[in-house]
Amino acid sequence: MTNGVPPDLQALGITKRFGPLTALKDVNFQLRSAQFHALLGENGAGKSTLVKCIMGYYHPDEGTILLNQEQATIRSPRDAQTFGIGMVYQQFTLIPNMTVLENLVISKAKLAPLIDWQKEERQLAEFMEKMPFKVSLTARVSSLAAGEKQKVEILKQLALQNRILILDEPTSVLTPQEADEMLGHLRAMTLTQQLSVLIITHKLREVEAFADEVTVLRKGQFVGSGKVSELTVSQMAEMMVGSAVTAKPKQRHVQSTKVPKLVLHDIRVKDESSVEVVRGLHLTIHEGEIVGVAGVSGNGQRELVEVLAGQRQATAGTIRVHDQPYQPTRQKIMRHKMFCLPEEPLQNTCVGRMSVAENLAFRNFDVEPHAVGGWLISRPALRRSAYDLIERYNIKPPYPDTPIQSLSGGNVQRAVLARELSADVEILIIANPCFGLDFLAMEEIRLQIVAARNRGTAVLLVSEDLDEILELSDRTVVMFNGQFVYETMSSDADLRIIGRHMTGHAT
Amino acid sequence: MSIAVPQTLNKALEPFLIIVGSLTVSMVLFGVFVASAGADPFEVYQTMYRAAFGTSFSWQNTLIRAAPLMLTALCTALPSYLGLIIIGGEGAVVMGGLFAALAALTIPTAPPMVVLITMAFVGMVAGGLWLTIGGALRHYRAVNETISSLLLNYIAIALLNHLVTSTFRDPESLNHPSTHHIGEANMIGLIPGTDLHWGLVFGIVACVIAWFLMHHTVFGFASQIAGGNVRAAQIAGLPVGRLILIVCFVAGAAGGLAGMVEVAAIHGRANDTLNANYGYAGILVAFVARNNPLAIIPVAVLLGGIRASSGLLQRTHELPDATVLVMQGIIFLVILFSETLYGRFSRLQKQGAS
Repeated sequence: MTNGVPPDLQALGITKRFGPLTALKDVNFQLRSAQFHALLGENGAGKSTLVKCIMGYYHPDEGTILLNQEQATIRSPRDAQTFGIGMVYQQFTLIPNMTVLENLVISKAKLAPLIDWQKEERQLAEFMEKMPFKVSLTARVSSLAAGEKQKVEILKQLALQNRILILDEPTSVLTPQEADEMLGHLRAMTLTQQLSVLIITHKLREVEAFADEVTVLRKGQFVGSGKVSELTVSQMAEMMVGSAVTAKPKQRHVQSTKVPKLVLHDIRVKDESSVEVVRGLHLTIHEGEIVGVAGVSGNGQRELVEVLAGQRQATAGTIRVHDQPYQPTRQKIMRHKMFCLPEEPLQNTCVGRMSVAENLAFRNFDVEPHAVGGWLISRPALRRSAYDLIERYNIKPPYPDTPIQSLSGGNVQRAVLARELSADVEILIIANPCFGLDFLAMEEIRLQIVAARNRGTAVLLVSEDLDEILELSDRTVVMFNGQFVYETMSSDADLRIIGRHMTGHAT
Repeated sequence: MSIAVPQTLNKALEPFLIIVGSLTVSMVLFGVFVASAGADPFEVYQTMYRAAFGTSFSWQNTLIRAAPLMLTALCTALPSYLGLIIIGGEGAVVMGGLFAALAALTIPTAPPMVVLITMAFVGMVAGGLWLTIGGALRHYRAVNETISSLLLNYIAIALLNHLVTSTFRDPESLNHPSTHHIGEANMIGLIPGTDLHWGLVFGIVACVIAWFLMHHTVFGFASQIAGGNVRAAQIAGLPVGRLILIVCFVAGAAGGLAGMVEVAAIHGRANDTLNANYGYAGILVAFVARNNPLAIIPVAVLLGGIRASSGLLQRTHELPDATVLVMQGIIFLVILFSETLYGRFSRLQKQGAS
């Protein structure tokens, strides 16, 4: 850690394609020596792809990486390490039942066959002396709080003598206080020329408080960069989400009535580690209305959808459907026709090894004509219904007996949509319906959703794609940190304001 | 449609070929084993065939052993539809047999038909509840059902040994502690014209009903969804917990019925002969049958034949009594290994075809 300043890192003209999809297109980026640089962008803007190209996880199709103006060929994260570039991931990579000391020692590139623990401990204790923040070497990782674990992750990179530190949404697992403390330490280390920091984030507040420079990506392209001190928050938000709505709203035949279909009252949900991730939601959706929930992923949307789908229990609050209390039992789901199209439908709502016909019948296998007398499954009836849906929704290949897991993503999505729309759905919960689909499939599925709305279905659409929400929804709400922080009619939506709310910058 | 046909053929063919292949490999390995023990493997297999399927007498011997295996195999096969690996068949047999015997002893004066029906009912409920404990621990407390059902076996055996050596001991059963005899009049009869007791019919009927239940009813369809993907079952609003408990109960009831038949058809009393490893052999049968209740019937007959041949092997080849258990173990290991072959085979076929 003693020799010189961190190198200057430049990425020039980086293009990365995944099959037909261009994730990055001719992106330029510079991390100047000993700077604190923030990389901003919506989900899917290409931030992670860019840093993975720098780290050698991906090999860019075009473009070069320069270190101190010299071309650097980084083939793997191990290569990146020899250039002094280290990365801290969103998820912890520490081994929970080992101590901090053990975790730091095993992360070394080269380990002697016999470990001299006393020597290692002495060396790491000396190293720790020079660090601005301390963690007890003998503590077991599982006993540390999230903020402490994050510190160990950073110390691990510093102990490996890395001079450029890349952090992928490091504060998403931390409380605001922990985040501020950690970012403050990193900031101090850049000020003393020990380190360059590149941080991926959605939180403009953190960018404003800690970063020197910012680069913004949108849809895989470079939008702009500059000094944080010379940019306002609205300017940055606008760069992130764009200023013009690119997609035109879909044709609407009917105005939504004011008959409430789904009413959420004070919904609260805890995640696996008992952190409250949905914190008191109120929402009413009317007949023939699509309400879009915008927001950066990880703000409680997934948990909200799971509660409505019956995959998770709310810790508090009430759901009323058709003005009656609602629990997701089969009986009530069928009575109110409240169906769900969650993200990753194959994992979330299909049984991969069961056939297309069987998967298409999950909503109605227990009623006539599929269930003769209410208990005996009629395979011929299942196949007849399947042929009908396959034709109407253009599912390929058109064989009801193929296992659904052998279908392409778009066709699984079509199949699930066919199932959920088929039974005169009254309320539809949708999450990221077009994730990973090609343009045609995307268009088709969006048309189906709007068609359902025009028939009077109340739709809750959760999406990370703001364009999709503005294209489809009548009303848009923004979810941030487990709450709805902003609501607007989609027709008079102002992207700058939405962008600010999405990034937690309400005022 | 022309594409769908070879696909279904392939789907049915793959498990068949893999299982026949595994059995062949097992026979080769077992052949090496008996050769190293000083016997001629070909003669050994001939003897086994004779002892298991050679005469009508040996067929009867085989089928008598196959009957409880069909029932205990269901203890593992049925929960597998819900994605559970339950190996508690032994415990279900023991509990079923014990409580069936005790039930018979509480109504000594009732007509034999009433006694038998009561025994069957009580035995099935006892076995069913026993396996339901494993399912409930899994669903409500996330305890691994394989471990808990295995441990429940030991508890059941301990309970049996405790009760037949204390409270319910027949004082006349001196060197083999047992309950009192349920009375010769109450014993289950033979299928007319054979030396086979009705247990075989129970086994076959149970397997057919189980297959029908899981493949042709709304209940079975719901179970397959829940077993295939819990999240999909939740979205469909299915009561996953209730499905688990019911399927475990039905599975345990099959094991309990096996225990009842052991008491009512063979021993006449409950004692430690109930824990004759039928439960564990049933796991093997279920695995070889790929948890398909209809496939259980022939597999149980095959394994029943292997077990029936132990006596003759001992007499004609001077091989130890446990030799057939070695064969059983070899088959088990090879079948477990062959699980890794599924899917590879069909890929190879596709590559070959294209």
